[in-house]
Amino acid sequence: MVDQIDTGELKAQVRNLNFYYGNHRVLKNVNLDIVSKKVTALVGPSGCGKTTFLRCFNRMHDLYPGNRYEGEIILYPENINIISKDVDPRLVRMRIGMVFQKPNPFPKSVYENVVYGLRIRGNNQKKTLDEIVERSLRSAALWDEVKDMLHKPGYDLSGGQQQRLCIARALATDPEILLFDEPTSALDPIATAKIEELMDELKKSVTIIIVTHNLQQAARVSDYTAFMYLGELVEYGTTEKMFTNPSNKLTQEYITGRFG
Amino acid sequence: MESGIKRSEYVDIIFGFLGLFICFALLSIIAILLGDLIITGWPRLTPKFFLSFPSRFPEQAGILSAWVGSLLVIFITAISAVPIGVCAGIYLEEYAPKNWLTNILEINIANLAGVPSIIYGLLALGLFVYMLNFGESILTGGLTLGLMILPIIIMATREAIRTIPQDIREASYACGATKWQTVRWHILPYSMGGILTGMIIGVSRAFGETAPLVTIGALTYIAFLPSSPFEPQFPFISFKWLFDAFTVLPVQIFNWVSRPQKGFHINSAAAAVVLMALALMMNATAIYLRYRIRRKIKW
Repeated sequence: MVDQIDTGELKAQVRNLNFYYGNHRVLKNVNLDIVSKKVTALVGPSGCGKTTFLRCFNRMHDLYPGNRYEGEIILYPENINIISKDVDPRLVRMRIGMVFQKPNPFPKSVYENVVYGLRIRGNNQKKTLDEIVERSLRSAALWDEVKDMLHKPGYDLSGGQQQRLCIARALATDPEILLFDEPTSALDPIATAKIEELMDELKKSVTIIIVTHNLQQAARVSDYTAFMYLGELVEYGTTEKMFTNPSNKLTQEYITGRFG
Repeated sequence: MESGIKRSEYVDIIFGFLGLFICFALLSIIAILLGDLIITGWPRLTPKFFLSFPSRFPEQAGILSAWVGSLLVIFITAISAVPIGVCAGIYLEEYAPKNWLTNILEINIANLAGVPSIIYGLLALGLFVYMLNFGESILTGGLTLGLMILPIIIMATREAIRTIPQDIREASYACGATKWQTVRWHILPYSMGGILTGMIIGVSRAFGETAPLVTIGALTYIAFLPSSPFEPQFPFISFKWLFDAFTVLPVQIFNWVSRPQKGFHINSAAAAVVLMALALMMNATAIYLRYRIRRKIKW
């Protein structure tokens, strides 16, 4: 059974989502509510479809041929189905940002990395860009470390800094939802702690969905946790309930480390 | 067991030495060849040699029309083949859907690279000279060589684009970029090193090519320069030179070396030194550019 959550304002609602790679059905009838300005964690063993699910939110699957969505992901408050064929995936990606598993800054300067999303929208006013660079880097807790090297290459930064640069890049365009795909799996514990702290700060202004392999991380950063298994959403609830008193036996076994 | 390990170590060492020997042997053959050319041609390598037209008298003959012709033909080759080749490479890597049509295109482009150059000459003779009436001109020569190096440029562009990690594309799309924006801001700048290298390798190959130009009628005795591209009157630019007859360095060398007089053999050695020097310079530029651009881009 999937517990529906009625506390808090909804930012998005997934309804009967099925996803196919060719003829292979990877997501099976997923229903999930995403609460506004909270962190929702997607957990589950490898290959359960959690990354595939996350990548539906910004239509990344549209980049590759043979993929097909069925069902709806409704974005509030406009009440639009963002996986509908009538919706331009670019407009979705402009509102829903993404941070990837491996830090992937562009081989450009720190500054150019942050303003990329604005440049491709045709915004080239230096004053605006300067302001947004500072604001985004501050939001990503990176400003103090890089303010003297804005025009140095982004890859000169450490791995953790690069990942925060990618967060700043995603924040520059004021996304409503930020998708994190195992954002700390390539980072050391100190860099990981910084990113987790940052998420706590970010959720004041943006809704976060995070895929993580690390159950402790889900327990630390998220307000809601969804457990997925073999392409299905097994159980969904507040993180507290999921980790202390899950109703599903499978969830309980996974959380306690019996498999996965 | 022990002796088995020992034996494999010997094989390793022997193979290493063999490889080293072969590399040195090849290099020395080239060095001897080049050295011989330089020694033979040296007395003729004077400023006058570069500034004189061909002549019946070997001591008075020079390579003025040949090197000017070579440069102009190569210019046409580069400006015709590079934009088309780069666009084709980008299309095949970034835009083309995976279907049978794309497969046919890819296989045929790979095949084109293996077509003997004389065939391009025959094609050009039919197409540019007879059908389009471009004549036995610089334009025809440049376009012919352009066709010939097109596959090289397409392949180099594709190779260069393929080294860009998918991560970078996804990051760009995730920011809301279109395909063209991704190409313009990322794919093209990051593959520029490889593209430039391919371009220079293609152009330097065209630079030494003889057969297709002989087919379309590059003359061997040209005692005049093409008309000037600049004019004193409006519009100040003239394209008449495109339709002038021409010769190029390798054709000139070929002509001299087939003459019986010893003096012309010296001339051809000297011209060959010039050709080699220019080709090596182009390759060196390619290596330098690749190094410069690659150093700036890391993933």
